[in-house]
Amino acid sequence: MPNSSPKASFSSGPKVGLFVTCLVDLMRPSVGFASVKLLEDAGCQIFVPESQTCCGQPAYNAGDTKDAKDIARLIVDAFEEFEYVVAPSGSCAGMIKEHYPKLFADDLEMTPRVFNLAKKTYELTSFLIDVMNIQDLDVSLDQKVTYHDSCAGLRELGVKDQPRQLLAQVEGLIIEEYEEAETCCGFGGTFCVKYSDISDHMVGKSIDALSETDAEVVLGGDLGCLMNIQGKLSRLKDEGKESNLKVRHVAEVLAGMTDTAPIGEANG
Amino acid sequence: MVRSTSSQFKSNVKEALANEQLQHALKSIKTGFVAKRKIASERLEEFEELRDQARDIKTHTIAHMDVYLEIYQQNVEASGGHVHWAANEDEARAIILEICQQADAKTVTKGKSMIGEEIGINEYLEVNDIVPIETDLGEYIIQLRGEMPSHIIAPAVHVTKEQVAEAFKKTHTDLAPDRSLEDPDDLLSEARAMLRDKFIEADVGLTGANFLIAETGTSVIVTNEGNGDLTQTLPKVHIALASIEKIVPTLEDVTTLLRVLARSATGQEMSSYTTFSTGPRREADLDGPAEYHVVILDNGRTDLLAGDFSEMLRCIRCGACLNHCPVYNAVGGHAYGWVYPGPMGAVLTPGLMGLDEASHLPQASTLCGKCEEVCPVRIPLPALLRRWRDQVFERDLTDWKTKWGLKWWAMFAKRPALYHFLVGMKMQVVAKFAGKKGHFKSIMLMSGWTDSRNFPAPQGKTFQALWKERNK
Repeated sequence: MPNSSPKASFSSGPKVGLFVTCLVDLMRPSVGFASVKLLEDAGCQIFVPESQTCCGQPAYNAGDTKDAKDIARLIVDAFEEFEYVVAPSGSCAGMIKEHYPKLFADDLEMTPRVFNLAKKTYELTSFLIDVMNIQDLDVSLDQKVTYHDSCAGLRELGVKDQPRQLLAQVEGLIIEEYEEAETCCGFGGTFCVKYSDISDHMVGKSIDALSETDAEVVLGGDLGCLMNIQGKLSRLKDEGKESNLKVRHVAEVLAGMTDTAPIGEANG
Repeated sequence: MVRSTSSQFKSNVKEALANEQLQHALKSIKTGFVAKRKIASERLEEFEELRDQARDIKTHTIAHMDVYLEIYQQNVEASGGHVHWAANEDEARAIILEICQQADAKTVTKGKSMIGEEIGINEYLEVNDIVPIETDLGEYIIQLRGEMPSHIIAPAVHVTKEQVAEAFKKTHTDLAPDRSLEDPDDLLSEARAMLRDKFIEADVGLTGANFLIAETGTSVIVTNEGNGDLTQTLPKVHIALASIEKIVPTLEDVTTLLRVLARSATGQEMSSYTTFSTGPRREADLDGPAEYHVVILDNGRTDLLAGDFSEMLRCIRCGACLNHCPVYNAVGGHAYGWVYPGPMGAVLTPGLMGLDEASHLPQASTLCGKCEEVCPVRIPLPALLRRWRDQVFERDLTDWKTKWGLKWWAMFAKRPALYHFLVGMKMQVVAKFAGKKGHFKSIMLMSGWTDSRNFPAPQGKTFQALWKERNK
């Protein structure tokens, strides 16, 4: 397969193209490897096309339709050959699933291709539950966690129960929901730098709500939101507000790969 | 157009975030409207189905708006009323002034009307020596304070009860200065007492309309204070002011819309008062105005109808999108700078005021989708905000930092080989810079983030680089 690196594996399970997402690729590859482990344990054959960069959402949300389309074409070319496409992000999976079809609505050549891709694209936890029906993760973690529902995953893809169903399979783990789990943390892509005052206010409110739980870790399925929450937690700590709340991508916990430092903290 | 500060959105935001009283007042939205809507919507089994019906009614009506408006006019006239068409706010104001002058009006009582705000009718009447008196408590409060509404159904939601007491003491100087106004009921009774005579003295009553019913020629208002009823039945002239998209074909349709309106707005099953006005007082009627006028305003809406934003005309002004919007909840309504705030305002304002004035509004959203989730007529607000962003970009109204940032990023994103070559190993270097902390306290060109948040450092090599190594 051109541009792809299949893992040497004897699995005959579905061929899954892993859409790493640019944030995971650049900032936190451990989420990518955790995704690979979860998918491989589920019996999938993993392919990681080299020609992927980003889903194009920053351009799309900024009204730059032309660049968004150019980038989307690369993704369609890179991933349409696989049985499934999985991303450790509701936002990026949502871009492919919900927005590519809109982006190419007036393009007769691309329309069937983007619909085909949209149909087989999944957010990671949704794929593990809704397609692979994973019921017995062999992993344990003695921690109390809470979960932040990222907006795109929640509202565009209906990702709500899937991560919780998976977390319920982690031995020793306790989920304590927090009240503002469904309220936007204020990340919003370029929003967080363009309208940073509002974004900061919003993430402050998220953290107020998080602080009311006994959770030791806040988990989520989108790195952007998690970096925003952690970045604010960390700054508040600098300013003297005590908090031991750690931040992680849910895939790391589900894959039992919590030996790496949490987001925003150094190893060792 | 009525004064707008939408172009100064960013400085409005700074002020709003620093305003402690505003921040305190905004907290009531979550415990009030949001919590109550949730209970009301969950209690009604067919609520989601009703939303579909409400959407379909409005979509159908918008597609045949000319037909229904014509039927409406015929039925208003058949019941003895008058219909006046206003292409823009100047025409609307002139029509209203003329009706008032013909009635020799000194005072005009007013029910709550967002269209009245849109055309700036109060200021216009004042300039022409007619005294407008707001009778909705919230509107009365902001009239005393000389402000615009900050919410489409709760105009004074930004005001604390202490601030209301202050405004009352300043204005109602006939009353004992040391009277207690601590209890909200005290405020309500005082406002009622002040307004009672005004209702009776007024020459003209001006109300908005939540719906105009084509088949009967009826205007409908919903209120919780009964002030609208007194406004439209006591004076000898009643003017209902509405925009074209308030038209609905039948009484049956209105009942469907009413079932989703109050639940979405305040969490009530129905508003306390729902009043139907058809024509002037008839012989057998116990009360009602001698003259009944309807002023129907376009003000840019037919352009929306013909363009990419026609879905916005489904809006029934319940305010649910404001109540549930995290941006609105952070900054309040005044920051948006004009009459319509929140997600619906961020779509409508550029349409009515022009994108040059309001280009910030559709951009100042995380597109979290909560507004669409609660909209009773299922307006795809995030998609409409994106459509405005397309135009912002096309017309080159994007700020230079964002524009060039995006251009650079897109250049790499479109060239995977170059991208992976450049970032492949370099992230390791970046990670080293963060040292033992695992994050950055400041990053050049990222001050928007790092002024208030640390930036988590990358782990090291990129996933793609590590994946290559693993599969060598």
